[in-house]
Amino acid sequence: MSTTTSGQPAPEKDSPTSAVSGAEIVFDNVVKTYPGQSTPAVDNLSLTVPAGKIVMFIGPSGCGKTTTLKMINRLHEPTSGTITIDGEDIRSKNATELRRTIGYVIQGGSLFPHMTVEENIALVPGLLKWDKKDIAARVEDLLELVGLDPSRYRNRYPKELSGGQQQRVGVARGLAADPPVLLMDEPFGAVDPITRQRLQDELMSIQEELQKTIVCVTHDIDEAIKLGDRILLLSEGAHVAQYDTPQEILSNPADEFVEDFVGSGSSLKQLSLSRVDELELQQPVIASVGDEGSAAAAAARAAGQKDVIVLDARRRPVGWYSLGEATRMSRLPQESHEDISVVDRRATINDALDSMLASSHGGVLVTGRRDEFLGVVTFTAVTEHIRSTSESSPS
Amino acid sequence: MVDFIADKWQDILFRSYQHVSLVVQSVLLATIIAIALAVLVTQIPRLRSAANMISAIGLTIPSLALLGLLVPLVGIGTLPPVIAVTFYATLPILRNAVVGLSGVSPTLLESAKGMGMGSLTRFRRVQLPMAWPVIMAGLRVSTQMSMGVAAIAAYVLGPGLGTYIFTGLAQIGGANALNYALVGTFGVVILALLLDAVLLLVSRLTTSKGIRV
Ligand SMILES: Nc1ncnc2c1ncn2[C@@H]1O[C@H](COP(=O)(O)OP(=O)(O)OP(=O)(O)O)[C@@H](O)[C@H]1O
Ligand SMILES: [Mg+2]
Repeated sequence: MSTTTSGQPAPEKDSPTSAVSGAEIVFDNVVKTYPGQSTPAVDNLSLTVPAGKIVMFIGPSGCGKTTTLKMINRLHEPTSGTITIDGEDIRSKNATELRRTIGYVIQGGSLFPHMTVEENIALVPGLLKWDKKDIAARVEDLLELVGLDPSRYRNRYPKELSGGQQQRVGVARGLAADPPVLLMDEPFGAVDPITRQRLQDELMSIQEELQKTIVCVTHDIDEAIKLGDRILLLSEGAHVAQYDTPQEILSNPADEFVEDFVGSGSSLKQLSLSRVDELELQQPVIASVGDEGSAAAAAARAAGQKDVIVLDARRRPVGWYSLGEATRMSRLPQESHEDISVVDRRATINDALDSMLASSHGGVLVTGRRDEFLGVVTFTAVTEHIRSTSESSPS
Repeated sequence: MVDFIADKWQDILFRSYQHVSLVVQSVLLATIIAIALAVLVTQIPRLRSAANMISAIGLTIPSLALLGLLVPLVGIGTLPPVIAVTFYATLPILRNAVVGLSGVSPTLLESAKGMGMGSLTRFRRVQLPMAWPVIMAGLRVSTQMSMGVAAIAAYVLGPGLGTYIFTGLAQIGGANALNYALVGTFGVVILALLLDAVLLLVSRLTTSKGIRV
């Protein structure tokens, strides 16, 4: 079904056409005092989270991030003050119904171990009494969206998934009923740094497609800088220390507290502000799964390359071999035995550098939407970029 | 012995059926009572130690004594055995159900709540299925025990194979005394093993593959 009745061209992969589907969240003088405590955990917080943006909550442990987050889906009720979503007081609705319209993702994914991946994702649509067929189709879409092959993973149980995969399913589950608001509490805290970086990249490309309002709690300032359209830096009692764009927080910290929190080496952190897609990508000759190895190697050699990049039918990179390795293969296989270094085009230059150091090819592959291959970033391109930015902004 | 069985097999089968039927019905009733009590106990933490104490003390009451207490209250016949078997059967299930239900991680339950499950849905779709293997283990213990209790319950003219055992004991030295006692005893043991095999199967079929050990 590729024909459309409207005369519009198919959306191009680099220009998201979807409208903002998120809703604005407003805190108005919100106070939360837990029973039996003298000082409030959240002390008079007023805040606007713009529709369709990612706001990262960060601050020292116990400053009230989780409490603030949980007041949005009424897992905690404010002692005083109001919270509105899309202009509507959240208390005007039944709490259970409200929660079905707000995605909730916590550390580790917190999947139900007795349900399959499909059953986990289908939960909220099921609660909302969606049609069975629609739910099945939705599960399939979401698994694709978070980069898991539906036919392979749909019927698995959580214990049969890696930590990163569980977390992906957790994100898919949070998005299942297409909620305008997504709440995440340290979603990527429990996975290793490389997986975390991939999950972050995926979240960014998902967000580009869906434009939800995302409130995400984190402990990691680099994660906040990378993911946040805005960062909310909180101190004890959920007092707002600074609420600003990552650029502003890095270059104009409001006070010493912010400065300390952001930490030194903030010029290095500027690397977290630049994205891979600002770099020049190389466009090598590529091969497809099933091609003859020696032919692919010959084509790559003719183009002056030292390696062969293999894409699958949907243009996702699945192998990266040296010329010698490729020549020894009769057919280029669907799966590579070693990890290939891939970053999303929204990854920071910092991430790309990290991945490069782990790669044997002196570069990383860059992918776009749904893991489609876009090109290669080389070490030279990165150093070139660093040189040009440090020349243009002497600090 | 062979003659005895050949002669009485219809009666033996009928009594076996009665015995199993008494146990199955009482255990089912006990399961419902135990789970309901366990829900109450997990909601109100203060009840927990009380529940543990009751299930520990309850099991030390001799079943004959309990039957003796029941007869003046409800007379003889089927009712005292049902009450007695249900009473004992409830205790192991209750203990396991409390352990199972309170073992479900609070984080998982909160996440279920955060996704928009009401408390009943949370119980039915998260807490109960996750506690199920533990509850089933309690149910199996309980069933084994109930086979024995049901035999003793025949003392108050209840149904089942227990009657054979008591007939045998009453006629000690008599012609068929040993046959009665042996058929009664082995019958109970064999039925208990069969029932346990069935329960093991049921337990496997009703436990999600995701939490099977
Ligand atoms: N359910 C609760 N009952 C009582 N006090 C609580 C409860 N939850 C949190 N608190 C208190 O409220 C304050 C804020 O806690 P909160 O969980 O919001 O912090 P946080 O910023 O998320 O911390 P962390 O980064 O460690 O997750 C803390 O002092 C904590 O002890
Ligand atoms: Mg927290």
